[in-house]
Amino acid sequence: MYTDDAVPDYSSATGSFEQLAMPLFASLYNFAFWLAQDQAAAEDLVQETYMKALKGFSSFEQGSNFRAWIYRILRNTFMTSQAGLKASTFISLDAGDEGAPAPEVTPRTAETPESLLLAHLERQKIQQVLEQLPVAHREVILLCDMEEMSYHEIGLALGIPIGTVMSRVSRARRAMRKLLAASNEGAAQ
Amino acid sequence: MSCDLWREWLDVYVDESCTAEEIAAIEDHLRTCPPCTAATLARLQLKRLTRAAAAGRYGPSPEFRLRPEFFALLKKGVSEDGNLDRKPLWKLRWVQAVASAVVALLIVLVSISAWMRHSARDQALAELLDLHVATTASANPVDVLSSDRHTVKPWFQGKLPFAFNLPEPGNSSFKLLGGRLIYFGHAPGAQLLYDERKHQFSVFVLQENPGSTPPATGVTTSRQKGFSVEAWSEAGLRYVIMSDSSSSDVHDLGDLMRTASHQ
Repeated sequence: MYTDDAVPDYSSATGSFEQLAMPLFASLYNFAFWLAQDQAAAEDLVQETYMKALKGFSSFEQGSNFRAWIYRILRNTFMTSQAGLKASTFISLDAGDEGAPAPEVTPRTAETPESLLLAHLERQKIQQVLEQLPVAHREVILLCDMEEMSYHEIGLALGIPIGTVMSRVSRARRAMRKLLAASNEGAAQ
Repeated sequence: MSCDLWREWLDVYVDESCTAEEIAAIEDHLRTCPPCTAATLARLQLKRLTRAAAAGRYGPSPEFRLRPEFFALLKKGVSEDGNLDRKPLWKLRWVQAVASAVVALLIVLVSISAWMRHSARDQALAELLDLHVATTASANPVDVLSSDRHTVKPWFQGKLPFAFNLPEPGNSSFKLLGGRLIYFGHAPGAQLLYDERKHQFSVFVLQENPGSTPPATGVTTSRQKGFSVEAWSEAGLRYVIMSDSSSSDVHDLGDLMRTASHQ
């Protein structure tokens, strides 16, 4: 299996394909699964991404951002796949506000056994919410919060301007809060 | 700015994508606005929980492997269309090494060539300087002793395979003393001797020959062991003037010679 050990600096990457691409295997697979929501589809997506990336590696500009480059390949591969096309028909990218502002998630200040249990429950809830998000919102949240990419890097990976990244992150978080609030209300009843 | 507008910025703030000025403005507001501070903390917590919930959530099955075609291609190191993988040709190390070696060799060759040209020029000037010094030291410095250019010039007829003009004396302070036949670089040439305020000037008129005459383009002036030297080429002939006088005097005589050669 391939691990994330010795991950190079991807913001200005130089090196062989193996050195740059293989440490990203686990992250790419995880991202692929989050997009496709299916193990077989995620595996196909990763296979195709690595093959395309290797064939196109001569076009990768050494010194530029390799992580954004290969994530973009994976994301474009997904968007042109059957699952991606199906998912994209249900979303309206950067549409207007999704209704009234969602309530904020109440912050906790100290970690206690109870709070850890709540955190575990909340984690499951967040996973469910992420799965419910439209792909355009899910991918931007995953790149921003899970992969900790900068807005600039997300723009490179998704092929969109930084201003669009900013507004899409904001809308995606609002949608998450709304879904979490709905989930909390359902649990309380 | 109202809290609604500040809220628009809170996501950018927790994602650390603000400029320093924007951070300062947001933090100024947060210090005075508990609801926005709570909203910021909620966003930070949601961000942290999202990372914890999503990162490493899914892994491939233990049997999952990238296809053998991928590794075959990786091992081959070339893409399917036959192009070199990874780097353009000029980025390959061996190409860079060969290019560096070629550049270094060219630099060495050019340097040697320049040094040899410079060395040949210095040697030719040194020989002419010896002739000038020997002439001025001689009790019989010239073969034809005359201040009349119409006597000196015809004297060279039949002795030289070329002809040249001598300047009109006019109001010039340069006085022609005479001329002599010399051999320089296995070829005959003329040496004219002029006098000006007791300084003697040798004017060498030689056939242009890159192998034996001091090569240069245009009029060049220099100092050789305290002597002023001016040289130029014209109509296949090489002119070199030498004297222990000043460079400006040498240049004045050069101007006279150049004017005469155009007549």
